[in-house]
Amino acid sequence: MNPSNGKGSVSTSSRVSWKSNEAPVADKFPVGLRVMVVDDDPTCLMILEKMLRTCKYEVKRCSRAEEALSILRGNSNGYDIVISDVHMPDMDGFKLLEHVGLEMDLPVIMMSADDSKSVVMKGVTHGACDYLIKPVRIEALKNIWQHVVRKRKNEWKEVDQQSGSADDGQQPKYSEDGDYSSSVNEGNWRNSKRRKDEDEDGEDRDDTSTLKKPRVVWSVELHQQFVGAVNQLGIDKAVPKKILELMNVPGLTRENVASHLQKYRLYLRRLSGVSPHQNNLGNSFMNPQDPGYGPLSTLNGIDLQTLAATGQLPAQSLATLQAAGLGRAVVAAKSRIPIPVVDQRNLFSFENPKLSFGDTQQPPQHLNNGGKQINMLHGIPTNMQPKQLVNLQHQGNSLPTVQNVQSVQSGSLLMQMTDQPPLRGQQPMGNYNSISQSSPMMNLSSSYPLPNIQAKSGFPEDLTSEMKGSTPGFMPSYDIFNELNHQQKSHDWELQNVGLTFNATQQANNSIDVLGTSIVASHHSGFSSSSQGSGLTRNASTVHANNNNNAISVGQHRMNINNFYPDNNPVRVKLEPPLFPEQFGQDDLMSALLRQQQGQGGIEPLENDFDFDGYSIDNIPV
Amino acid sequence: MDRNQSHRQVATMKQSLFDQGYLDHEQFNQLEELQDDANPNFVEEVVTLYYRDSARLVHSIEQALEKSPIDFNKLDSYMHQFRGSSSSIGAKKVKAECSLFREYCRAGNGEGCMRTFQQVKKEYAALRKKLETFFQLARQAGPVDRARRPK
Repeated sequence: MNPSNGKGSVSTSSRVSWKSNEAPVADKFPVGLRVMVVDDDPTCLMILEKMLRTCKYEVKRCSRAEEALSILRGNSNGYDIVISDVHMPDMDGFKLLEHVGLEMDLPVIMMSADDSKSVVMKGVTHGACDYLIKPVRIEALKNIWQHVVRKRKNEWKEVDQQSGSADDGQQPKYSEDGDYSSSVNEGNWRNSKRRKDEDEDGEDRDDTSTLKKPRVVWSVELHQQFVGAVNQLGIDKAVPKKILELMNVPGLTRENVASHLQKYRLYLRRLSGVSPHQNNLGNSFMNPQDPGYGPLSTLNGIDLQTLAATGQLPAQSLATLQAAGLGRAVVAAKSRIPIPVVDQRNLFSFENPKLSFGDTQQPPQHLNNGGKQINMLHGIPTNMQPKQLVNLQHQGNSLPTVQNVQSVQSGSLLMQMTDQPPLRGQQPMGNYNSISQSSPMMNLSSSYPLPNIQAKSGFPEDLTSEMKGSTPGFMPSYDIFNELNHQQKSHDWELQNVGLTFNATQQANNSIDVLGTSIVASHHSGFSSSSQGSGLTRNASTVHANNNNNAISVGQHRMNINNFYPDNNPVRVKLEPPLFPEQFGQDDLMSALLRQQQGQGGIEPLENDFDFDGYSIDNIPV
Repeated sequence: MDRNQSHRQVATMKQSLFDQGYLDHEQFNQLEELQDDANPNFVEEVVTLYYRDSARLVHSIEQALEKSPIDFNKLDSYMHQFRGSSSSIGAKKVKAECSLFREYCRAGNGEGCMRTFQQVKKEYAALRKKLETFFQLARQAGPVDRARRPK
């Protein structure tokens, strides 16, 4: 999807571009701010619209929440901020607030004639960035742009942290750019967590400790823990009390866990029914997740990542899945990537009723084994910012992932992961449905025992030899990868890739699956270029089908990859090419591989629910 | 009558509406400020919309009051909407009666609700008449000189 809506499409291009493109528009800010106002009272709606127009904003009014949601979903980058009434006949304003926050990560202002403390508090806890008492004065509306800027600012920060690249640093805030939409979008995912953070006074990953309000902020780490606990217990047997015990997080209450669990279940369900969501990769989901999931990704991660990349998976979900699946193995880089705390809501926001995913995908085997088809992707259409995708790619340049990515897109993959081995073979490039198609692939992948990954020890050699044979430059890549690994960029991806690659080599599949890192999926375009830089050959692990890296350097891998991806561009998440230098593609893999060898923890086969097998596996065509 | 005179009449009437508590001057002024060349009769349009839309609310409330037993939650919900709508146009007295109604509603006092609702309707109708007159005058007077009101 294209985050930028026309306004300045900067978002997609890259962070760097922010500045350059939108300079002129910056002066006019907040003129042109795109507001969506929802209120069932036509009188109020008329007045609000007029007021907003007087403030020189662009206004879209809806009298029904459902209508507003569908518009927002259909045009995720089309709006900068949402103003909604609390009491509406078709849907509670707070529910709308949650959906918007989770899915689109837009700032939402609540309003009501009711000024009782409890209602206002409810707004706060649900993540509203402001609460206006009716009748609303125009003065109050004049300043709503601050919420947009604040959000973007946070997004930038996140981006900076995540990418660790200089680019991000350039744009501390979006306000300069007229491209509101893009900024909102870009940061959407990343920011969704941030938004909650803002409300909660600080983005913190470890929310429990900083919990100031009743609402717990489910940071990525926390969510990972949660998912891990759930997986340990078994999704069906996971009860809040036990999960709480397993998680052992001070300050977390059983109620917190219970509500989170509920959402999680819904999320999973939704994922299983993921509908084709092509290339939603753009989303940062993957990235955020990665941090801790590096190794995870290999197994489940790959799919997850892909999914995340496509933006379909909420970052958290991805993380969760991965975490669950891999049990956080390998992830040396686990916490490297600063993933904004993903608000729980975000994770499960995909509950959106409109998700069609649910029905579309029922991947025969893997995907929905758990029967929890969750259309994750659906929920997160454009949230994933390209940047994030890039992250993904870096990590997983492996092509195999591409396939996974596809599946990821469907979201169902993710789900699969949670419940069972992800669709490895899924190729759903963004089509959830495709997952079913890829089933065959999946089978293949399934056959790739995760253990392969573990067999790292054996692998490296294989890889090396393979690599060496095919790509002279292989060896060095390890070093590079290592270095890269240390980078903050999608660390996780790297790990993931590593895991995958191992498998691949072992399997002699060259099947790109190894690279499985779904990241690849999203970024084929991006990586290609990058691959070249680093002696792509190595990336064999990252098998980016598209990337030169595929060179899987080993040549053989390359072949496989290509085979796998008939179109060569499997779901490639569209990462902004400029965002991530080539190093990621291959280096990450290499480092991951190397790390694995070093006993990082190896990418454990995802025995658990998430059995993703890493991306690579999926890619392996039967 | 000359233009100025017309405008003065309009201003006077408006002031009396404020003084008598029919209209909340802050809110009403806000609406007037929104009036511009693109929407020269904005306030009148809003008020018209209000009366049209609230008519169905009034009807719903009446029906709910006739039921037995009375569903107070529903009543409260309707009244909340009605009150919000009324406050948006600055209908002060109507809003006050609505608040009183809600008190009775929350207390589960059906009798109190019915009585209060009669008051609500009374004020609602009275305001309508006044505003109709007011808008007639305003139309006759012609567009107000925007300069006189600082934005």
